[in-house]
Amino acid sequence: MKKSVVLLLTLVMTLTLALAACGNSDSGGSSSPSESTGTENGASPSPSDSPSASGEALSGSIVAAGSTALQPLVDQVKDKFMAQDAYKNITVQVQGGGSGAGLTQVQAGQVDIGNSDIFAEEKFKDADADKAKDLVDHQVAVVAMAAVVNPKVGVDNLTKQQLVDIFTGKVTNWKDVGGADQKIVLVNRPSSSGTRATFEKFALGTASQDLPGSIQEDSSGTVKKLVAETPGAIGYLALSYLDDSVHAVKLDGVEANTENVTTGKYPVWAYEHMYTKGEPSPVVKAFLDYMLSDEIQQSDVKDTGYIPISDMKVTRDVNGKVTNK
Amino acid sequence: MKRPTRIPKHVREEWLGKGYVYFCILLLIVAIFSIIYFIASKGIAPFVSGGVRVRDMLLGLKWAPESEPALFGALPFLVGSSATSLLAAVIAAPFGFCAAVFMTEIAPRAGRNVLQPTIELLAGIPSVVYGFVGLSVVVPFLRDHFPGQGFGVLAGSLVLSVMILPTITSIAADALRTLPNGLKEGSFALGATRWQTIYRLMVPTTLPSLLTGIVLGIARAFGEALAVQMVIGNAPHIPKSLFESATTLTSVITLEMGNTVGGSLHNNALWSLALILLLMTLLFVFIVRLLEGRIRR
Repeated sequence: MKKSVVLLLTLVMTLTLALAACGNSDSGGSSSPSESTGTENGASPSPSDSPSASGEALSGSIVAAGSTALQPLVDQVKDKFMAQDAYKNITVQVQGGGSGAGLTQVQAGQVDIGNSDIFAEEKFKDADADKAKDLVDHQVAVVAMAAVVNPKVGVDNLTKQQLVDIFTGKVTNWKDVGGADQKIVLVNRPSSSGTRATFEKFALGTASQDLPGSIQEDSSGTVKKLVAETPGAIGYLALSYLDDSVHAVKLDGVEANTENVTTGKYPVWAYEHMYTKGEPSPVVKAFLDYMLSDEIQQSDVKDTGYIPISDMKVTRDVNGKVTNK
Repeated sequence: MKRPTRIPKHVREEWLGKGYVYFCILLLIVAIFSIIYFIASKGIAPFVSGGVRVRDMLLGLKWAPESEPALFGALPFLVGSSATSLLAAVIAAPFGFCAAVFMTEIAPRAGRNVLQPTIELLAGIPSVVYGFVGLSVVVPFLRDHFPGQGFGVLAGSLVLSVMILPTITSIAADALRTLPNGLKEGSFALGATRWQTIYRLMVPTTLPSLLTGIVLGIARAFGEALAVQMVIGNAPHIPKSLFESATTLTSVITLEMGNTVGGSLHNNALWSLALILLLMTLLFVFIVRLLEGRIRR
């Protein structure tokens, strides 16, 4: 009896300590950026030309958090980055959490880099608009999206108007847009999703509706599975997720491929952003520069299905205005 | 000669133990209240400073936080959560009770050695696994055999019913085991069959405990997020049938929380949903306490 009580108490105590430890490590993680910037500011002033050529070994830690869409790329790059001789004293941690969480955390100084699928100005609106001003945008890749349908609906091309009609519920059967006699099933994203914002802005030009009977999923993997399996389904996916199980439709006759995106013919694309609060510290800058280096842009960025920033022949600002480079 | 200042060992032990226990309890209470305070302070913000009315949130039918003007009607989520959890309990309760009767009355040895561990194993399966099985098996099955796309309240309830089965079964089994033997023997001695004993004597006597198990099951189902989110479809509307895409409080929170920035009205509205969820859980706890009071009588 007494023994079991002691055992129970020990267990409770251990749990308490574990919780306390978790709390500590959390605050440790969040305070680490400032520490690293502190040590770096002391060490950096000597060589400031090109970061890869600088002989001094940088050291410190970087925490990046946010967009789950960008996470695989950043994860892959960080492993390569930390394997480099020049950066072996730098540790990089990459966390998910979503674009909104990433922006919130970088704005609050809890992480060094906030990964986001959309411009910070689009998330920090109205009363919070000032918060976006502290953040410095680093565009590291371009992601393009295509409307995808279940292969059996028999549609290969949709005009913008048809797409709008489908996503606002005006057209409910595939035969009205030249396909099989099959009810349309919408696979949308939650209204807060960055992917949905991009798709609405550049493919539809208008907000889509959360229609009764439609399906909403946030994860691209799940969306792909649903579109592939559900008869009559339509959704939208980043190009990296496309394969034979789903059919990517042309938009106004333009195929969603890398070439059409880089030349600005195909409009449904967005930048992947890595935000820092103010100008990045040397350690963070080294990582961002590495991310933008040709070595990474031409291999890892392409491998993970993104389009390198340097390949883009057009640029687009936060208001959606496209200009030739 | 003993020195009078020395404190006896057993008194020191007493103090040490007392201090330790009080410390732990204090920590727990502080943790619980700070969680409630945290959720409440964020969850009340839309009503205080965001211009959202409580009535509009609880009874509003349209959830469109990103539109102009933003609408925060959470009734579809409340209906979805309640419908899935209640239906899950309706499906799981008979199974759970029958399993409990089987392993306490009909095959006590096999029940204790085989059935009980198996059912308890169900409780240990991660919810994402349930969700994935639901998405890969339950949804296609419903799509092929019923109207609609397979997503909806019924798919969610089926997945949840398996998840809450262990709760209902083990509480029912415990209640049946603690039933005094004299009661059953008396019933048999009067010539009642086993079936008559079970439904005339055992069910009425253990009813409060059975209900406790069911309420705890509903509470678990109400709070489950991931597995339901994967199979329910997540359209923010009150469904017209069991086979139409619906959504729950938890799934809207998990879907949208990561995409919104902290401090925005949309984010705070999600905290309001969390607050509603917390209040519902407190209600369930209250019901369980009430039922426990009946058991003691």
